[in-house]
Amino acid sequence: MTAVNSTTPPSLLGRLVEAGAHQKLLAFASLILLLVGFSIASPNFMQTSNMIAILQATSVNGVLAVAATLVIITGGIDLSVGTLMTFCAVIAGVVLTNLGLPLPLGVIAAIATGAFCGLCSGTFIAKMKIPPFIATLGMMLILKGLSLVISGTRPIYFNDTPGFDQISRGSLIGDIFPGLPIPNGVLILFLVAGTAAYILGRTVLGRYTFALGSNEEAVRLSGVNTDFWKMSVYALAGSICGIAGILIASRLNSAQPALGLGYELEAIAAVVIGGTSLSGGRGTVLGTLIGALIMAVLTNGLRVLSVAQEWQTVVTGAIIILAVYADMVRRRRA
Amino acid sequence: MTNLVRMTGIEKRFPGVHALKAVSFELDSGEVHALMGENGAGKSTLMKILSGIYPKDGGELLIEGRDVVPDSPRAAQDLGIGIIHQELSLMNDLTVAQNIFIGREPRKRFGLLDEAALNAQATEIFRSMNLNMNPKTVVGELTIARQQMVEIAKALSYRSKVLIMDEPTAALNDAEIAELFTIIRRLKADGVGIIYISHKMDELKQIADRVTVMRDGAYVGTVGAAETPVSKIISMMVGREVTNDPVTVPDLSEAETVLEVRGLNRGKEIRDVSFSVRKGEILGFAGLMGAGRTEVARAIFGADPRDGGEIRVHGKPCAISKPSDAVRAGIGYLSEDRKHFGLATGMDVRTNVALASLDRFSSRLGVLNEEAMRKTAQDYIGKLEIRTPSDRQEVRLLSGGNQQKVVIAKWLYRDCDILIFDEPTRGIDVGAKSEIYKLLKNLAGEGRAVIVISSELPEVMRLSHRIAVMCEGRLTGILPGGEQTSQEDIMHLATLRAPSMQPEGYQQ
Repeated sequence: MTAVNSTTPPSLLGRLVEAGAHQKLLAFASLILLLVGFSIASPNFMQTSNMIAILQATSVNGVLAVAATLVIITGGIDLSVGTLMTFCAVIAGVVLTNLGLPLPLGVIAAIATGAFCGLCSGTFIAKMKIPPFIATLGMMLILKGLSLVISGTRPIYFNDTPGFDQISRGSLIGDIFPGLPIPNGVLILFLVAGTAAYILGRTVLGRYTFALGSNEEAVRLSGVNTDFWKMSVYALAGSICGIAGILIASRLNSAQPALGLGYELEAIAAVVIGGTSLSGGRGTVLGTLIGALIMAVLTNGLRVLSVAQEWQTVVTGAIIILAVYADMVRRRRA
Repeated sequence: MTNLVRMTGIEKRFPGVHALKAVSFELDSGEVHALMGENGAGKSTLMKILSGIYPKDGGELLIEGRDVVPDSPRAAQDLGIGIIHQELSLMNDLTVAQNIFIGREPRKRFGLLDEAALNAQATEIFRSMNLNMNPKTVVGELTIARQQMVEIAKALSYRSKVLIMDEPTAALNDAEIAELFTIIRRLKADGVGIIYISHKMDELKQIADRVTVMRDGAYVGTVGAAETPVSKIISMMVGREVTNDPVTVPDLSEAETVLEVRGLNRGKEIRDVSFSVRKGEILGFAGLMGAGRTEVARAIFGADPRDGGEIRVHGKPCAISKPSDAVRAGIGYLSEDRKHFGLATGMDVRTNVALASLDRFSSRLGVLNEEAMRKTAQDYIGKLEIRTPSDRQEVRLLSGGNQQKVVIAKWLYRDCDILIFDEPTRGIDVGAKSEIYKLLKNLAGEGRAVIVISSELPEVMRLSHRIAVMCEGRLTGILPGGEQTSQEDIMHLATLRAPSMQPEGYQQ
């Protein structure tokens, strides 16, 4: 018996916005608070160059977090986003530096590799019924190993591919508005996030993403090919990791095969701080973006204040717990 | 004599809802007092106040003459009020005794658990219930009925004087219900007062002393169970008399056979089941719990694998290995468990109606046309009279009857001409039931083939043009619908265990 259903019902989209809204408001407020706090604490913090550095640092993590958001809304998890990113970067290195092919081919190869690996994870999960945690844990290790094998454990540099570093470091916006040197990497993050938000809110794939997280069996019994859609979500998330791979390779002007572990947890942390439910069915890309920004501001601000690296990690962990606790308290009241 | 429980003028408001309006209720010791009303009438809210889950906003609550305020479930337990929820709340991986004494396990020194004492105390309770149960059995291995006994034992272990049972027979078969009633009668003899919430009229006649009816959050009246005719109770509940119009069986001998199933098999659950349904026909499936009716439905629909058997749709053999194959063939399945298998409960009515046919609302790039989805949803909200504030309401907030209509809308929009309803009125109140019946009849009238699986014989008899009866995975017979078939005929087939009586091959 539900007695409390007389209030005017908000629309699904409106509700999603609203469900995320408090959390996002809270997350957004925390973000502002952090910015103000660090500005007061250090005059070096609020410098344009530092702000750009924060945005630049968010770009890779943010793109990975968007990929993680999609998977988490289905009620799954993807632990392989970090090493998949590295693997895609290495593939780009092989295509561009070792084979000397033109730049667009390298980008396409990285994204296609991401999609393929995502599809593999999706197949393990949907067809072989391996729990997402295990399947992507396996993928994480496989990809880490393959990155090292293919690269011979040495970084691959992109010195022979002119313009490659501009993908992330260049600034189309800065070329037009010299006072606003926002790097392309950030632009790409917003493009990826916007596209992902559109897919989630407006397309069949997006609707099934939420439906899978809400009640997968009911969707299957509606005659929907749930395996196909689930694999599609993982493949889409994988291709976004491919984009992240290009971004990080461009920023470092090299593919660093040893990099990647740990990124998946930062991505999941950003998703959670952004108010997406780990049990699936609920979540927003905007929340994830704010979550990623909070993480980046925190890391950067603590560094500007010369807090030791070890302590930065401790603070980040505490923030994650606080953020989720705040969300729980809010939900209990609601 | 003081009442065991006496509630007068109970008030409860939720934001925007006046949930209880000056409700009165009383219970004597040694009494089984049935609490009835449609979903949303306020029964559960009233019981939640009694069991300390909600605080009351007004009114008086006396336990054995003392004014009390149970402000937590724990406080209610201390007052001797135990509640057994419809959805059992046991830990499946723990043993029976561990479940009963969870949170107050007997201990030895240094905080070590005293398993021996635990099991001995559990055995003691079972003895007082005259129940044969091993306290060391893992709960997950028990049947639902036995699990319910564990819940009762748990409630009794708190020395409960008041026991609230919310739809205790919803998942039980007849033999198990009889066992439950034996226990209830024994508790009654011991002076325990029992509040019995149920939708099933025949049970009230068997077990209840008095019946209190609620409607729309208000108290309607209290009557004696034995002397009050069922139609009177129903009219108190719905505020109108419900007529039981008998089924009229149309002549379908000329109608096309839409679905034909031959030699369906799976393990011990489905043994060589063959039947057919014609266009415009309602085929009822009767049988006891566990007879294999749901299994047959799920096998036809491709939700579970099958070992063998041929399915023909419109005379053509149809390879169905997953639900999407069945849907493509025009078969829709409405599960008995709507929350788990029918609805994406956290999503809105609009999405749920479109869930089986999102491809129709999308452009080639997969972009959804929300406007078309809204129109379709509102169309069905009007046609099926789904009571919802809007098409954007989350379905979990709708009543059972309206949730069922949303599932029906989903399949109608998908153009399914074969609809399998598994327990279509489970958890749905009396008023909404007759609406669902009307809907099923209309669906058949429009020329769809309808299969109705139901554990309630009156329901099967009221709807079916033919009645297929199953027992232990076998189809034991197909009876004609209408007045020539009696409940006894069906029960005879439903308990027909001899495999030699199994009908051969295709039958009409």
